[in-house]
Amino acid sequence: MKIFLASVCAGAALLAVPVDRVLATAAPLRIVTTTEDLASIAREIGGDAVTVDAVARGYQDPHFVEAKPSFILKFSRADLLIVVGRELEIGWLPPLITSSRNARIQVGATGFLDPSANVKILELPTGQLTRAMGDVHPSGNPHYWLDPGNGRLIAASIRDRLTTLDRTNQATYAQRFADFDRRLADAEKRWDAAMQPYKGTRVVTYHRSWPNFTDRFGLDVIGYVEPKPGVPPSPAHTLRLITEMKRQQVKVIIIEPYFDAKTPRQIAAQTGAQVLTLAPSVGGMPGVDDYLKLFDFNINQLVAALAKVGT
Amino acid sequence: MRTLCFGLIARRVLCLCAVVAGVSPAAAFAQPAGGAPPQTATPAPTAAPAQPSAAGSNVFNPDISVIANFVAAAGKNPNASERSLQLREVELSFRSVVDTYARADFFLAASPEGVEIEEGYITFTSLPASLLLKAGKMRAQFGKVNTLHTHAMPSADRPLVTQNLVGGEEGISDSGLSLSRLIQNPLAFLEVTGEVFSGDSLVFQSDRRSRLNYGGRLRAYRDLTESANLDLGGSVAWGPTDLGPGANRRLIGVDATFRYRPLRRAIYRRFQARTELVWSRQDVPGATAARAFGLYGLAEYQFARRWYLGGRLDRSARVQDPDLRDSGASVVLSFWPSEFSQLRGQYRHTRYGEGRRAHEVLFQLSFGIGAHGAHVF
Repeated sequence: MKIFLASVCAGAALLAVPVDRVLATAAPLRIVTTTEDLASIAREIGGDAVTVDAVARGYQDPHFVEAKPSFILKFSRADLLIVVGRELEIGWLPPLITSSRNARIQVGATGFLDPSANVKILELPTGQLTRAMGDVHPSGNPHYWLDPGNGRLIAASIRDRLTTLDRTNQATYAQRFADFDRRLADAEKRWDAAMQPYKGTRVVTYHRSWPNFTDRFGLDVIGYVEPKPGVPPSPAHTLRLITEMKRQQVKVIIIEPYFDAKTPRQIAAQTGAQVLTLAPSVGGMPGVDDYLKLFDFNINQLVAALAKVGT
Repeated sequence: MRTLCFGLIARRVLCLCAVVAGVSPAAAFAQPAGGAPPQTATPAPTAAPAQPSAAGSNVFNPDISVIANFVAAAGKNPNASERSLQLREVELSFRSVVDTYARADFFLAASPEGVEIEEGYITFTSLPASLLLKAGKMRAQFGKVNTLHTHAMPSADRPLVTQNLVGGEEGISDSGLSLSRLIQNPLAFLEVTGEVFSGDSLVFQSDRRSRLNYGGRLRAYRDLTESANLDLGGSVAWGPTDLGPGANRRLIGVDATFRYRPLRRAIYRRFQARTELVWSRQDVPGATAARAFGLYGLAEYQFARRWYLGGRLDRSARVQDPDLRDSGASVVLSFWPSEFSQLRGQYRHTRYGEGRRAHEVLFQLSFGIGAHGAHVF
């Protein structure tokens, strides 16, 4: 019992340790994001008033990130946690939040931001859902950042939340948002012009990562390398896809850098299509260093490929 | 071990302290209520906000999942009583946020022996000073295997050292308190855990309120590269036993895990190597202290998106009779049709201290339905 009492005393002593920090006014706000896309947008809005750290790399599958203890350390010090939401991170984020011991970023706290409530979400399921459908997301497709319009809405959410957390820099956040908004709008005109000749082009993608992107830029996805979301390619499905691609004259297969390109290449060899690895996130491919470059890269790659195959 | 999943549904049991803890309900990811000033420059969404409607009271229901563990055994083993075909366990879990300050996780296990509370605890997530407190019934943070539920194991069974020295399948699982703290430093993730239990488990038994079972664990983790990491731990546990007045046991454990998972190919390739060493000392007044030692080493390699090949070497003395040393070796092949089901075949050779040998083939089928839990790390 003495040891128990000693343990209680030790616990009480630990409680007496000064709390980490409670938003010191001078120090930059510490932001942790689950993906590099959110990190890039947060940097656009926060500038020097914040530090930003992303957990998942742009070239890894965001569904299957490991909840490493080193991430717990990042979470434990964060003033603001920004997540993609829509259950994209369901397999790894909750343990990190719980283990962070950081009241500021718990779900529902002011330091927890899920911008997905204020963006355009596609593929919202209707009717009954079962896992026989594969890895379906009950709250809609979570890859919504691949529409630059949603990027603007994410930026607005971040601006609003930063303003709540740090009113002293309100003008900075507003000004940086306006600047980002203007540069994004200019870029959108450029991207729209580049993609205009290819509107309605039929493509195939590996996973359902691209609906917001293809919807925004007018591509028509007629099939997927995966038979169902999250289910590896099967021979029967691959044969059906090859037949359909031949029938519809599909010449481009879009894949993510974290998928094995073997099956897409086999399909391409049978159909005369080109396999195109696009960046699903900032950092997904070399040179894709920020949110605007993400679309610059993908649009450039697409335009070059579509011009080459003569679609 | 396949983090992908079952961990999924599986356990964050591990959790709590270590890296893992519970899983928030999907509904909890909803956008928190505003508070931000109105911004006239904010463009309107091009479509209606698409958060699913949280109609009725169901939104506050906990995440529920059910995981079954079906095992078939063939071959002769004079020291084991496993049946040829058996649905060994069905685990029901209920997990949710309690309030602003805590979350709760319940795991009920139904087996041929009956239904029991495998774990059921509250976790206080908003304590100061980097503290995390669990209260309820839980698996003790002693090493790695003791924190894992059966379906989260990388094999169909548990290592000999766990069975001989650390309570086997059930392990050290008891009602008590677990307090852990992060020790912030620039070099590594460092976590210290202190636990106190009532003394009602397969390892420790108390006959008085004043005689409790205590435990402690220090865990250090460091990323070697973005793809590789090292996880080290030291654990202690001590408390009374029911072998007589004043009888007690002390356990010391050391564990080390190396993981490699290239991020660009994270869904196809993974390697993990782990060892745990356990020293046990049992004291009964009037008798010589019984000291026993055991260890295992395992390695597991993911060679395709859904396939894993692993092996394990075992060696352990027995706690009551340290002169008898058992040893064994296993080869394990696992196939995951999806994140929610798993088929596993295991060849197990065991040489028991009495000189008897066993050659067995185990087949395990695990499957789960319900909420998507967090992956075990």
